[in-house]
Amino acid sequence: MSRASDQYSAKDEVSTLFIRRTILQRSFILLSKAPFTAWLGMIIVSSYFFVALFAPFLAPYGEAQIFKVPYAPWDNVHIFGTDRLGRDILSRLIYGARNTMGIALVTTFLAFLIGVGFGLLSAILRGWVDQILARFVDILMAIPSLIFALMLLSIFGSTALNLILIIAVLDSTRVFRLARAVGMNVVVMEYVEAARLRGEKISWIMGKEILPNILPPLVAEFGLRFCYVFLMIASLSFLGVGIQPPTADWGSMVRDTGELIQFAAYDVTAALTPILPAAAIGILTIGVNFVVDWFLYLTSGLKDEHE
Amino acid sequence: MHPIIKTLIKRIGLGIVSLFFVSLIIFSSVNLLPGDFVESVLGQNRTEETVKVFRQELGLDKPYHVRYFNWLTAAVQGDLGSTFSGRNASYANQPQQSTARSVSSLLQPRLFNTFFLAAMTAMIAIPLSLILGISAALFRNSFYDRTVNASALTAISMPEFFVAYILIIFLASINQFFPSLSNVTSSTPFLERVYLSILPALTLTLVTVAHMMRMTRASIINLLSSPYIEMARLKGMSRTKVIMKHALPNAWAPIANIIAFNLAYLIVGVVVVEVVFVYPGVGQLMVDSVIKRDIPVVQGCALVFALTYILLNLIADVISIITNPRLLYPK
Repeated sequence: MSRASDQYSAKDEVSTLFIRRTILQRSFILLSKAPFTAWLGMIIVSSYFFVALFAPFLAPYGEAQIFKVPYAPWDNVHIFGTDRLGRDILSRLIYGARNTMGIALVTTFLAFLIGVGFGLLSAILRGWVDQILARFVDILMAIPSLIFALMLLSIFGSTALNLILIIAVLDSTRVFRLARAVGMNVVVMEYVEAARLRGEKISWIMGKEILPNILPPLVAEFGLRFCYVFLMIASLSFLGVGIQPPTADWGSMVRDTGELIQFAAYDVTAALTPILPAAAIGILTIGVNFVVDWFLYLTSGLKDEHE
Repeated sequence: MHPIIKTLIKRIGLGIVSLFFVSLIIFSSVNLLPGDFVESVLGQNRTEETVKVFRQELGLDKPYHVRYFNWLTAAVQGDLGSTFSGRNASYANQPQQSTARSVSSLLQPRLFNTFFLAAMTAMIAIPLSLILGISAALFRNSFYDRTVNASALTAISMPEFFVAYILIIFLASINQFFPSLSNVTSSTPFLERVYLSILPALTLTLVTVAHMMRMTRASIINLLSSPYIEMARLKGMSRTKVIMKHALPNAWAPIANIIAFNLAYLIVGVVVVEVVFVYPGVGQLMVDSVIKRDIPVVQGCALVFALTYILLNLIADVISIITNPRLLYPK
């Protein structure tokens, strides 16, 4: 056709066929349009998950296997050397992916379960339930969460289970606020009213009527909260009150090998040993952030660069 | 009554209520201890008599609300009880001559150190991030903006100890410009104190500037896209006049909020950084006490942190209420 493309034509619009695509094709088109940073993020996140899943096959040695030479230098036997007790750093890095990410994931899931559950309950029931829950969350948020976590850990002791429970509860306050805020907008819709009049249970209204409609912001928040929880667990482990040895974990690995940093002037590789787990934490967080940024852009078009 | 005063009273009242509840939570934490912690604190050498004396000293024989009230009045007067450590051996034999130190005597010098570090960081970080954030907002989507933004995102994603170690490698180990241990004491002269605290302050600066700069940028962009700014531009006002007369009065509130929010964030970041640099501040004391499970010290530190956090948030809200142009001219 010779007509200029910027001219509108009703005939053109009607004559374009609506192409029915499978989910696979659609996601392929979506992915091919993804910006570079999103690709980078997805590659980072998926490779981390790959390492975490197949840790026993990838790691050259066991997680807590002890060798004769402590603080061995980088060589062919131990690619990144060994730590204070003679454990292979590379193997612990690989197992660390599994432990650190696993605990952070479980914690985030739990935080969302608590936060979304109470948030939606608060949005549906309103009234005094909402008031009590919201004020309670306000009070919990008045104490910085790292400080609160430290205090609770000193009381209950630093076990993995306590760590998960404490951080999940503290973090669920943020999820609660978001779920309540976005839930409020959906609760007033007619179809929720219709479901209520039908006499559906609260659990049905929460799960089948409201939840599917507030999923995009929640998924984006999940990524961000995961980063936050992940950094918090790493910080706590680094401080020595998080995940306890002999479980391999990136935060406590930095703590264990920290003194090697003094030797940077003589042997750069030695000083890099504590940097490796710290970098592993940082790169994953950046990756997740990139993916979340792209996801937010896709689902809402809400990007501050967007004019 | 003037609407500003009304809003202020409401906000300050809310702050006092949350302070009350926070102190209640911190106080109650001791009672959550599983098992009989009196016996576990006193250890193997305990006798029935010492357990009884210790119980009385903690006031465990009194009802809950009396204990809370006593604790609170003492805490307001600066008495946070005495530490658990150093009790087990000697205390068991001679209950009268307790070797336990008072929590406030432990806290006092460290409190000064922590505030010194925070103040030093704030003095570098606040002007820097405001300049970066505002200029990034004005030159939006330029190469400069993208670079600043990308590096800020990277800095946010890094754990504090990673930034700290990178700085140590380059500034303390390979090139020995600054010491990697910041062992200040109360007798350290001012200039040496500044010199010793440079690396921890720099670490905290990097982390907070990233946050502050991004938030400043977002709030300025938000403001510049509002209709009344467009109106001012369409009237033909100069660019500086639009920013100084129209944008800035409305920008004070978000900027004050951002600064206070990040100072509060600094309070938390301080914990990790103090441990990395062995800086004798409240954060390090808290972590040490958590590991030793010395609950009164943990309580004292938590109270100090929570108090600062709530106060900073309160100040931010008060500033944003006072500078709010909509409240300044009531109908």
